Amino acid sequence: MKYEPVVRNDTSSAVAELRHVSKRFGDVEAARDLNLSVAPGEFLSFLGPSGCGKTTALRMLAGFETPSEGEVLIDGEVVNALEPFRRPVNMVFQSYALFPHLSVFDNVAYGLRQRRPRLSSSQISEKVERTLDVVRLVEFGKRRTWEMSGGQQQRVALARAIVNEPKLLLLDEPLAALDRKLRKTMQIELQDLQRQLGITFILVTHDQEEALSLSDRICVMRDGRIVQIGTPRELYDAPASRYVADFVGSSNFLEGSIESVAGGRAEFTDVSGHRFAGQAGPGVEQRVRGTLSLRPEQIRISREPLDGGHPVTVQNRIFLGEHTEYVVRHEKIGTFIVLASRRAEDREQPLDAGTRAYIAWNPDAALILRAD
Amino acid sequence: MTQRTRNWLLIAPSGALLLVMLVLPLSFVFVFSFGERGLSGGYVPAFTLEQYANLPARWTAFKNTLILAPLGTLAALLIAYPLAYQLAVRTDPKWKTLLLVLVIVPFWTSILIRSYAWIYILGGQGLPALLESVGIENVRLIYTPYAVTIGIIYGYLPLMVFPIYVALDRLDTGLLEASSDLGARPLTTLLKVTLPLSLPGVATGCMLVFILLMGEFLIPALLGGGKVFFVGNALVDLFLQSRNWAFGSAVAFTLIVIMLITITIYMRLIARLQTGREDVAVM
Ligand SMILES: Nc1ncnc2c1ncn2[C@@H]1O[C@H](COP(=O)(O)OP(=O)(O)OP(=O)(O)O)[C@@H](O)[C@H]1O
Ligand SMILES: [Mg+2]
Repeated sequence: MKYEPVVRNDTSSAVAELRHVSKRFGDVEAARDLNLSVAPGEFLSFLGPSGCGKTTALRMLAGFETPSEGEVLIDGEVVNALEPFRRPVNMVFQSYALFPHLSVFDNVAYGLRQRRPRLSSSQISEKVERTLDVVRLVEFGKRRTWEMSGGQQQRVALARAIVNEPKLLLLDEPLAALDRKLRKTMQIELQDLQRQLGITFILVTHDQEEALSLSDRICVMRDGRIVQIGTPRELYDAPASRYVADFVGSSNFLEGSIESVAGGRAEFTDVSGHRFAGQAGPGVEQRVRGTLSLRPEQIRISREPLDGGHPVTVQNRIFLGEHTEYVVRHEKIGTFIVLASRRAEDREQPLDAGTRAYIAWNPDAALILRAD
Repeated sequence: MTQRTRNWLLIAPSGALLLVMLVLPLSFVFVFSFGERGLSGGYVPAFTLEQYANLPARWTAFKNTLILAPLGTLAALLIAYPLAYQLAVRTDPKWKTLLLVLVIVPFWTSILIRSYAWIYILGGQGLPALLESVGIENVRLIYTPYAVTIGIIYGYLPLMVFPIYVALDRLDTGLLEASSDLGARPLTTLLKVTLPLSLPGVATGCMLVFILLMGEFLIPALLGGGKVFFVGNALVDLFLQSRNWAFGSAVAFTLIVIMLITITIYMRLIARLQTGREDVAVM
């Protein structure tokens, strides 16, 4: 499926914007100097480990927290002091926050009933039914929310927000409680819904796969800061730091120092004294500590010696269906994870644990990054 | 030991206590109410409905109780709810315990002493004197229904605050945020989320206060000065002063029946409110 990411350099038409936003809770700095502009119709993800400030950032957009510094803009207007109920924004809460005293139907209808001018009850039922259909809960309208499974509750929470067709939908890990299969289905639903309705989505997740597959852009966070914003491809192919390379996809890392930098390329010596060439990441300087990052699927593995290859011993071979993952060990350099496609593997005998083999990679595939 | 026998054994102590302390005395009251007063007071066995026929003689006591008990409950609720809300939802957790203790502090002294204090506050030299100094003259409070109502509210407020506080404290603030997020103004959130979810606390508080008020006698005795008296006062009078146990029993039994009826109706109402939400929510 080909999908052109929306234009996003034009900040004047941004649906939501953060300008130098910081938030302190006592001594805790939950958000530090966040700068972000979200274009209409964009699907943006906040990706980062637990406690890095994702929820805090969302809550400032929804209006539940006031920034300690900086400005929050929605539709080009500063909304720092605007109450949540006046914002054209809806949120799917991390803890669902469903009303226990209301049926599923009434939960979903809650936002519609606040509309002025009022909607007729037939309009409300129609919208609610349609939305329940989207989240596959049509027959559950009469149920109490506490009679439902975690995944069903999560879908009610989703329905309760999208039924309002807000300008901006904030989703705080909306799919975390679902099993893998249902999560996949809901991810596709979310993406379809987002394109259909043209609603701007900001999704919080710590599932990198989810972020990669759904988002137009991903905003990687760490300790309250945004460390990199980019399309999934940019983050994957050109991570700005080891942290991003590690968080977006998986990677092999070698620690060492950067010998020279010239014309976008760098020379690197790892701790065991091996020299490698590679692409220089942003901000890489000569004679500082650095990290070489190498994606597992960029490494070739073979029983026969390879040009510029390194001899290794296969330690483990894991069959993953489409791919096979090898854990191999070089005596000096250390352990590598190698991901070989099924087709590449078929040409040879399987490389079982204990087999001697060779690995090699194209120097362009190695990224030399700042150590962080 | 089967689960069944274990259950019975566990219930036995409280069951025995209830039997001796409640069922037995109540049976006496029931039997006495059909008897007669002895010549020098007390009780003479008989079977007559005379005592019940005499009930209208104590009509004022019933009237006062049946007006002031619900009124006092309602007034206590109206004052307690905002207080409990402020404590449970708005107060910084750091201060909650301290403020809650302040709500209980009055219980550390006897209600008798506290009601005496109100005699002075509402008496001639207290509030009325203060009002007179700002030009509002001839206000009479002590020994009026107002004084009794004030005393009741004061005495029973903590009993109302606590259950409501507990209900509101358990309320997930995320729900209030969700309501606001969905476009509800604060008043709507209060009516559609906070209030329904704290209803169990409100129901408990009202029941506690109402039941105790129906039997109240101290506050009307002190602040009503013999002019505003409750059924409780009538009972004190009948059992301890005029020693008419038979008539006293009839009055007591009538009060119990009235209480049972009101509480049954009340419980039905609350149960309806809590389950039949759909028809409320569609409004
Ligand atoms: N109301 C608050 N008071 C004090 N500290 C807070 C508050 N809310 C968040 N924090 C702190 O701010 C930091 C960021 O929290 P936040 O909830 O934004 O993390 P998160 O990225 O959403 O994590 P998770 O993935 O676990 O949900 C944490 O260290 C947290 O303890
Ligand atoms: Mg969170």
